Amino acid sequence: MNQVLETITSKALTYEQKVLSLAHAAEDTQDVLEIPERTKYFMEKGAINNLFEGNAPYRPRYIMPDYEKYVKNGSEFLGVEPPQTFDELLTSLQIIYHHVPSITSFPVYLGNLDKLMDPFITDLSDEEVKKKLKLFLNFLDRTITDSFCHANLGPEDSRAGKLILEVERELQNAVPNFTIKYDPEITPDSYAEAAVYTSLFCANPAICNHKLNSQVYPTDYGISSCYNILPIGGGAFTLTRLTLTELAKLAESKEHFLNDLLPECMEAMGNYMNERVRFLVEESGFFESSFLVKEGLISLDNFVGMYGITGLAECVNTLLKDSGKRYGHDSEADDLAEEIMNRIDQFLGEFKAVHSKISNGRFMSHAQVGLDSDFGITSGVRIPVGEEPNSFYDHLRHSARFHKTIKTGVGDIFSMETTARNNPAAVVDIVKGAFQLGVKYLSFYEKNEDLVRITGYLVKRSEMEKYRNGEAVIQNTTQLGAPNYDNNRLAERKVRTV
Amino acid sequence: MIKVPVNKIIPLSIVDGPGNRTSIFLQACNIHCGYCHNPETQNMCINCGICVNECPAKALYVENKEVKWNPSKCVQCDHCIDVCPNHASPKISWMTAEEVFEEVQKNIPFIRGITVSGGECMLRPDFLTELFTLAKKEGLSCLVDSNGTIDFEQYPELMQVCDKVMLDVKSWDLDVYRKLTGFGNEIVKKNLSYLAKQNKIEELRVVCLPEKVDAEAVLDGIADTLQEKTKEMKLKLIAFRNFGVKGSFSTLSSPTLEYMDQLRKKAESLGFEKIVVT
Repeated sequence: MNQVLETITSKALTYEQKVLSLAHAAEDTQDVLEIPERTKYFMEKGAINNLFEGNAPYRPRYIMPDYEKYVKNGSEFLGVEPPQTFDELLTSLQIIYHHVPSITSFPVYLGNLDKLMDPFITDLSDEEVKKKLKLFLNFLDRTITDSFCHANLGPEDSRAGKLILEVERELQNAVPNFTIKYDPEITPDSYAEAAVYTSLFCANPAICNHKLNSQVYPTDYGISSCYNILPIGGGAFTLTRLTLTELAKLAESKEHFLNDLLPECMEAMGNYMNERVRFLVEESGFFESSFLVKEGLISLDNFVGMYGITGLAECVNTLLKDSGKRYGHDSEADDLAEEIMNRIDQFLGEFKAVHSKISNGRFMSHAQVGLDSDFGITSGVRIPVGEEPNSFYDHLRHSARFHKTIKTGVGDIFSMETTARNNPAAVVDIVKGAFQLGVKYLSFYEKNEDLVRITGYLVKRSEMEKYRNGEAVIQNTTQLGAPNYDNNRLAERKVRTV
Repeated sequence: MIKVPVNKIIPLSIVDGPGNRTSIFLQACNIHCGYCHNPETQNMCINCGICVNECPAKALYVENKEVKWNPSKCVQCDHCIDVCPNHASPKISWMTAEEVFEEVQKNIPFIRGITVSGGECMLRPDFLTELFTLAKKEGLSCLVDSNGTIDFEQYPELMQVCDKVMLDVKSWDLDVYRKLTGFGNEIVKKNLSYLAKQNKIEELRVVCLPEKVDAEAVLDGIADTLQEKTKEMKLKLIAFRNFGVKGSFSTLSSPTLEYMDQLRKKAESLGFEKIVVT
């Protein structure tokens, strides 16, 4: 049976999932990108992976609309007046979210929800706000059926933010992901502690190092999809990834890898990304036709290309297989890993990216979190599950070292003992220390909770169980999460005792 | 610098004071509570050698008539502690304040402070002063976890570098205290009053066990001593658990939830507002 008919007749896909899958199949009938043979070779070997972005890009991968502007001005295209009440705000957001494209066809960024909401709740009681919030958040969870979707909080505390956290603890929704932008000099301890406490019940919010990430762009930034740091009013054209694990398998020696394969593959991937961006910007018509552009909610000038890398751990372990040195444990392995990261950083500092004004004509590095089909490829620069250092502090120091050169998103996930709930201030202390050392992004979940963070997105264990039993499930990401959870043995993530 | 017997150092502790801390446990205690949940910290090893033959990992040996411990062989099964008839541990390191602080430093910047516990750490006031002086230079807060039987007022230099004390008030009546610990509690009461006046109490703790502990009298006594400071005092009411307990108390049951709730209500009626029942 061909792939299209297989999709049409599937009993494990919802109607919506079938439509998206068929659209993808249609796109892939086109052959509009010029791809050199050598690049195709690296793709066949799995060293370069376009992450199923499709053969003819017709919308940017991630879009970060300026929702503050939208709330202030309304939208002529959508026929939405600037909201005056909380109800009007929530409805106007629901309307625009429906019209924000992305690689998943769902909005990957929902805005700084606390900041958007706070001015509209002054006349409402906590109970009134929470009731409306629950309806709003459940609407998002049940209609944005893909958890590569992100809302932001902080860094300042606010009544709206605190109420969102309270409601999140109750709802246990997988969508949206929440991240709190955290800067100990701006964010009060009480707000940070409430955020961490909440995450130990529903795996949300994750915590973003605001001090470091706010320096990435000259404009304000937001966190989208898994943990992507992108400019508001723009986003990412594309994300292609260099799978270091697979590239290392082609190497005859460490020197061959560093001096020949890596430079060649980096160049090939850079050119491939330029080709994608070129088609999207110059031929697809997106930037000429989208109301988001016309109404100034996004601008071509604020888009970047995300240069993903993944599987650093297995890459290093493969290159050092004769000596048996392991990433995350031996200094020789970590030094080699740093050398690789520095080479990538140096390449990206020199390689010319087209149409990338906000990043000064450069692609931006990103620690790609993985695919459901990955087997034996650890996310980004993380230490493989099952090999985590015994000491939580050592693990975080290692993270800090390898977060350093990554610009548009890198993060670590920690499974925590239930007792952490008794002292969220202690967890915040650990976050403070980690951020001081250079960790850019962290998230926690409690080891027994239903919601679990796969590589960056959230999935419910109960939904994965349904999916494994062949039932249709509402979230696309459950279908990605279940094999990933199994293949990467995420159930065995080291539980951090505090 | 003087060396003290260190039972263990826990790099990451969330139960020994505010935030994330490194906890240092010193060996040896001057009292012997029936409900002690880490009785192996009570006494110094008398080199009887019983544990040496019992050790499954061969991590213990005798040298110059002293029991020695090889940490690299030790598998932390704690069998030596189980078989020790003397409420001691062979796994002790004699360390100076500087050496202990070297261990603490490895945990910066993830911790906000240190807590020294025991055993009874106030048996080593000079060590505490030295260690806290080093820790203060790094901006760490310094807590003492104490049974309160040693007079804090006698150590003004220590009090200058000690931020706060986590104080056990084990019972109020002298006879009850003696039966429970083998020691008197006059100094505990003096410390309660002195430390409260100095605003040096982090929390007060009462292990609750009907018939062995006069918890109600403890609450009355504390409230009477603290007066208007009662409401801001953090009070931890800990239900007795026999986990780790040796001797006659090891077969006793935990108090009921109803009893713990009664105590909470009593504490509330006396004006306590920061009560934790665990």
